[in-house]
Amino acid sequence: MPEITYREAVRDAMSEAMRRDGDVFIMGEDIAEMGGSMGVTQGMLQEFGPERVRNTPISEMAIVGAGVGAAMAGMRPIVEIMYQDFTTLAMEQLVNQAAKHRYMSGGQLKVPLTVRTQGGAGWSPGAQHAQQLEAWFVHVPGLKVVFPSTPEDVRGLLFRSIYDDNPVVFFEHRTLYGIKGEVPAEIEPIELGQGRIHREGEDVTVVATGRLVHEALAAAADAEKDGISVEVFDPRTLLPLDEEGLVSSVKKTNRCVVAHEAIVRMGFGAEVAALVQERAFDYLDAPVERVGARFSPLPFAPVMEAYVIPHEEDVLAAIKRTVGRNGNG
Amino acid sequence: MATAEKTSKGLSPDTLKEFLREMLLIRRFEEKVEERFRAGELPGFLHVAIGQEAVAVGVCRALEDDDIIASTHRAHGHTLAKGTHPNALMAELYGKVEGCSRGYGGSMHLYDVENGNMGANAVVGGGLPAIVGAALAYKLRGEPRVALAFFGDGATNIGTFHEALNLAQLWKVPAVFVCENNHYAESTPAHQQLPIEDLTKRAEAFGMTAMTVDGQDVEVVYRTALEATSHAREGRGPVFLLAETFRLTGHYIGDPQVYRPKEEIRELRRTQDPLDRLRATLDVPDDEWDAMEREIAELVDGSVEFAKNGTDPEPQDALKNIYAE
Repeated sequence: MPEITYREAVRDAMSEAMRRDGDVFIMGEDIAEMGGSMGVTQGMLQEFGPERVRNTPISEMAIVGAGVGAAMAGMRPIVEIMYQDFTTLAMEQLVNQAAKHRYMSGGQLKVPLTVRTQGGAGWSPGAQHAQQLEAWFVHVPGLKVVFPSTPEDVRGLLFRSIYDDNPVVFFEHRTLYGIKGEVPAEIEPIELGQGRIHREGEDVTVVATGRLVHEALAAAADAEKDGISVEVFDPRTLLPLDEEGLVSSVKKTNRCVVAHEAIVRMGFGAEVAALVQERAFDYLDAPVERVGARFSPLPFAPVMEAYVIPHEEDVLAAIKRTVGRNGNG
Repeated sequence: MATAEKTSKGLSPDTLKEFLREMLLIRRFEEKVEERFRAGELPGFLHVAIGQEAVAVGVCRALEDDDIIASTHRAHGHTLAKGTHPNALMAELYGKVEGCSRGYGGSMHLYDVENGNMGANAVVGGGLPAIVGAALAYKLRGEPRVALAFFGDGATNIGTFHEALNLAQLWKVPAVFVCENNHYAESTPAHQQLPIEDLTKRAEAFGMTAMTVDGQDVEVVYRTALEATSHAREGRGPVFLLAETFRLTGHYIGDPQVYRPKEEIRELRRTQDPLDRLRATLDVPDDEWDAMEREIAELVDGSVEFAKNGTDPEPQDALKNIYAE
């Protein structure tokens, strides 16, 4: 199997869809000659031309809204929002328009739009360029939310998202663009709503997303040295969520840690904790532990930033807290 | 539905009578909506466009069948003018399955995709970017279609207006932006919300072709709209069409209009009713007018009957249509 980077995997998925299908095109800021601020669309202008790789003004509402309109008119647009912090500028179009047209029309319309964006801290951009806002979108019926953590997953899930007939908000993690991983020779679409067990274990399930999947895998390797067997479950899509896969893993291990880079309070982990207590309460040997960012904007100074966001040792500490308790609490 | 001759020359009396009939249908339909709302039969939040009928009819008659529109919270007129049957519209206002949005939308979210109505938007300015995108799709596919947005003067203050017009002009997409300037953003008069009087300057700032029209004169609206849609359709870029019009009633049904002098409303009703103006031009004899009134009363009453006999959705149908399969 070939080995490619996460960045190349994103590009592969888009390029392959655009080769197969004239209805697919991409628009966003600085995506043409510059190849995107993360270099994701490099070379696509040369292959597909400026009509299908469209540089836009700095105009998030209009770009997302134009994507909604093009989608309703039968295209399959991909919109790139440079930083997920800037999705806040397009919230109205995402929440009131993209997510609602099918519903308000009583099923007459569909909105096959993919909005790609990226974020993630660890490089000191400060408070407005690295937030993790995926939980905001999981609260909106009508949207789908995808957050892959490996090259294989990002390629298969993005390709599938482009062909989904619903608006998909697709999160990429900035610090993962350079990681390499094996992928199938041909793109294999991955259905939304199927989690992935990255590592099997017996004692505790770590439900992790994005960068924290990799932190969790490192923590699991460390925990193994102490005789703790950790299962790492990546839901990959937050909406729809693979509830069966998640719950059955927790029923097997009897313990659960949920880890994401986003702020803990009201985060995706809160929903996972609620789900686990609703569906696996009698199986739990310990309270669900949550790992995530502290309740703070992202600071600039590296030492402060590192203090705010979660790392491998935070996941490891949470694992040890859960296994440190016995079944009687 | 009879088709108007697609010409920008003077229209025949017969065509103008078709316009008059359509405007009368919208007027009587909305009066019936007011009546049924006050009787407690209609749920929700309703806005009528009494006084603005000439814009809806003049503009929609200039469109081809496969052109599309996006409308606003004040959408009954646009919806009827774009070809939705009064039965389907009234059924929607009663929340029935037979409604044009199957009971999922209501007065502020009227859709009729088959007739090119891509949705009435209850967020001011919310539908404009999608019109740019639909027009872009037509341009990319080489289809000679036009996407047209209705919105009010109040919407020209919101970001989506400026971002949408900027993008439309930049990409020269076949879009038409119809501003229905009724001089009030809900209750707020122009001088409290607009620092300039001539709203075409806002479009011209983007380099966009702008036209102004007396929105109470349906023939002029039609001819100008035809010019605007032709301009867009022929690939010469989007057009901003400013229709000066007047809302002869409140912002919503039941609005006491404390913000507006009573004398202003009386004077506007006397001089600016688009139906009176067209009827005077055409010199319609009383018996012909009465026959038109009877035919429309039957149609409107029939729509209420149809709606009341419609099917209520099952409560759990609320969970359908959230996602496409």
